Amino acid sequence: MCLAVPGAIRAIDTSDPDNPLGRIDFGGVLREVCLAYVPEARIGDYVIVHAGFAISVLDEEEAAAALADFRAMDEVR
Amino acid sequence: MKYVEEFRDGDAVRAYAEQIRALVTRPWQIMEICGGQTHTIVKYGIDELLPPEVTLVHGPGCPVCVTPIAAIDRALAIAARPEVTFCSFGDMLRVPGSRKNLQMIRAEGGDVRMVYSPLDALAIAEANPQREVVFFAIGFETTAPTAAMAAWQARRRGIRNFSLLVSQVRVPPAIEALMDAPDNRIQGFLAAGHVCTIMGTDEYLPLAARYRIPLVVTGFEPLDLMQGIHRCVKQLEEGRHEVENQYARSVRPEGNPAAKRMLGEVFHVVDREWRGLGVIPSSGLALADAYADLDAERRFPMDALPATDDHGCMSGLVLRGVAKPRECPAFGTRCTPEHPLGATMVSSEGACAAYFSYRGLNQKAPA
Amino acid sequence: MTDISCPLPITDYPNVLLAHGGGGRLMHEMLMRRVLPALGTPDAGQTDAALLELGGARLAFTTDAYVVKPLFFPGGDIGRLAVSGTVNDLAMMGATPLALSLSLILEEGLPFETLDRVLASVRATADAAGVKIVTGDTKVVDRGKADGLYINTAGIGAVPAGLTLGPDHVRSGDAVIVSGDLGRHGIAVLAEREGIGFETTIESDVACLHRLVAQLLAAGIEIHCLRDLTRGGLASAMVEIAGASRLGITLEEKAIPVSAPVDAACELLGLDPLHVANEGRMVLFCPEAQAAAALECLHADPLGAGAARIGRVHAESPGRVALQTRIGVSRALDMLSGEQLPRIC
Repeated sequence: MCLAVPGAIRAIDTSDPDNPLGRIDFGGVLREVCLAYVPEARIGDYVIVHAGFAISVLDEEEAAAALADFRAMDEVR
Repeated sequence: MKYVEEFRDGDAVRAYAEQIRALVTRPWQIMEICGGQTHTIVKYGIDELLPPEVTLVHGPGCPVCVTPIAAIDRALAIAARPEVTFCSFGDMLRVPGSRKNLQMIRAEGGDVRMVYSPLDALAIAEANPQREVVFFAIGFETTAPTAAMAAWQARRRGIRNFSLLVSQVRVPPAIEALMDAPDNRIQGFLAAGHVCTIMGTDEYLPLAARYRIPLVVTGFEPLDLMQGIHRCVKQLEEGRHEVENQYARSVRPEGNPAAKRMLGEVFHVVDREWRGLGVIPSSGLALADAYADLDAERRFPMDALPATDDHGCMSGLVLRGVAKPRECPAFGTRCTPEHPLGATMVSSEGACAAYFSYRGLNQKAPA
Repeated sequence: MTDISCPLPITDYPNVLLAHGGGGRLMHEMLMRRVLPALGTPDAGQTDAALLELGGARLAFTTDAYVVKPLFFPGGDIGRLAVSGTVNDLAMMGATPLALSLSLILEEGLPFETLDRVLASVRATADAAGVKIVTGDTKVVDRGKADGLYINTAGIGAVPAGLTLGPDHVRSGDAVIVSGDLGRHGIAVLAEREGIGFETTIESDVACLHRLVAQLLAAGIEIHCLRDLTRGGLASAMVEIAGASRLGITLEEKAIPVSAPVDAACELLGLDPLHVANEGRMVLFCPEAQAAAALECLHADPLGAGAARIGRVHAESPGRVALQTRIGVSRALDMLSGEQLPRIC
């Protein structure tokens, strides 16, 4: 379940404090997304988006660590 | 796409498969409860790369598959009303109720609309004050906060022609029900990464302790799954039963506090029926009393619909991982994606549909 | 295991569903089991146009209806689509398009300014393609009945002597080539739809392919079969051709060209690019030995700049299509079931 994809925040609109919106770039496709659940998010952050909502800010260090693990795994062969 | 493509590296996936092969000494059954994970596993053939000792069982992880027939029938009855604009995620349009599905209601003249987000349904309500707009709120804990926000915003903005038909479910009670079943053979779980993004990992600690099973919170790309399976097998081989987080780039132990707060405000926990599994106590979310006026079931009272046995469709056994889709006599014959008998065939993530689309009627993919 | 007795399934839908027009299996079934048998022409539809022999002349004959919503989308409009779609169906037989008919079904209330724009687009596309609209019809229906405007076009073209293209000419060992990247049209149209709406620079790939085909023929490529990719995407076309030719097709996922923005849109909505509609792309089956030359010829034209060799035909698992995934495992590729529905789960 829970198809959610990562995208980069290009702009933030807090004109309606009940409905903070982010303009998210998924790599050539942009969509408005509700940022209410990621109050700590800033322009340039990557967020994970599900059903029009950002549900987490992607931890780029953890992502890099995971990718490094994969590369190490690959070299062990 | 950044942070997606890198997690699909074929060489690394195969390297993990070899590591798992080297690690394993006995047979293990691991269940994933996430339609998205089922989809990836079957689409990329992950299970075919695993050594024969590791059996991946597809659990009740697709909210489409587990929404009970009665809930679909209620949705159809509401959608058929002339004053209603019924909004739903695309996934639900083909799920069969007792006799029909939402596509058919649309064909008969119902105003059924697909939305990507519950906020789109709210926007439709705001733009069409003469219509009664109902949003079909299905899903797990990942999706519930999105519906909660729509309800909360409707209240804040005084949008009165909006209501929600709620059939949301929670994962941890389902795990308990599965582990308590007498025919249970599952020894470890891959927990759904996006559910845990919202809820965190704390709820899983008592489950790991009580049932002495490893629970690895896992992401959705092929590499995530391989790494998750690897960690789970490692725990099993080493006799450990801990909660581990493979999807740390999105999941924090505390989850998403803002989302959890909104869930607590808008919803409360109820018993809920799961298609094919029966009623699981405390496994559902329903609108809290303060939001009862937004409940579509109250706004559109219906006569009790006759209970339909889910007889025939084997979805239940498939959902519990006790049977594989091709063991069902109807698989691929009377039950196909075009003419589904049960939800596991309807949802693109249901185990049956995944097997049908990606494996055809053969057990293995063509060479 | 408990005793299973299945209830009667929803098989025979009493009404037509949108899914019956989706280019997938439901539509295929409706044609095969209901429409073609009723018409007494069970073999129709195997190729994009019918081939008629009249005296010494060989004519390709085809028709298509256009019901796209919205009428104007990034990269094109219904008028441009109506001409290119029919020109392409003729081109897939190797035909030089000669003439088109144009039927307009106008909704009461449609602004004339909209009609003028569409007609201008029809004219411009036809002129550029070197084809004339020689006959037509106009009807008006009540408000609420035509999404503004529907168009039907029919076309005839001249097929060179000795050239017969079709799935029954596909041979084991043939190369499978696609003329460019996938999914642009479907995503461009979807981006404008209510309830989905996203911003993108993706434009429809709508284009006339007949000159590209003529160039391939002039270069001496021995084409066995052509199919233009429309609703249902690459997957539908492959499954249909595998079925009709009774051969197997294996495609390499890594070789299939999909642009980054189309890929992103598909990820976002949970769609498979292999099922998304195209309107200016074709697949070509030719002998392996000519694949390189065919690609060179395609690359020389802007319309074929993104052409790629994506697979091969073989005799194993006849009628089935396999996709070799990027992680090296093979899986079956099937048509869409009905409509392509964005998903959240």
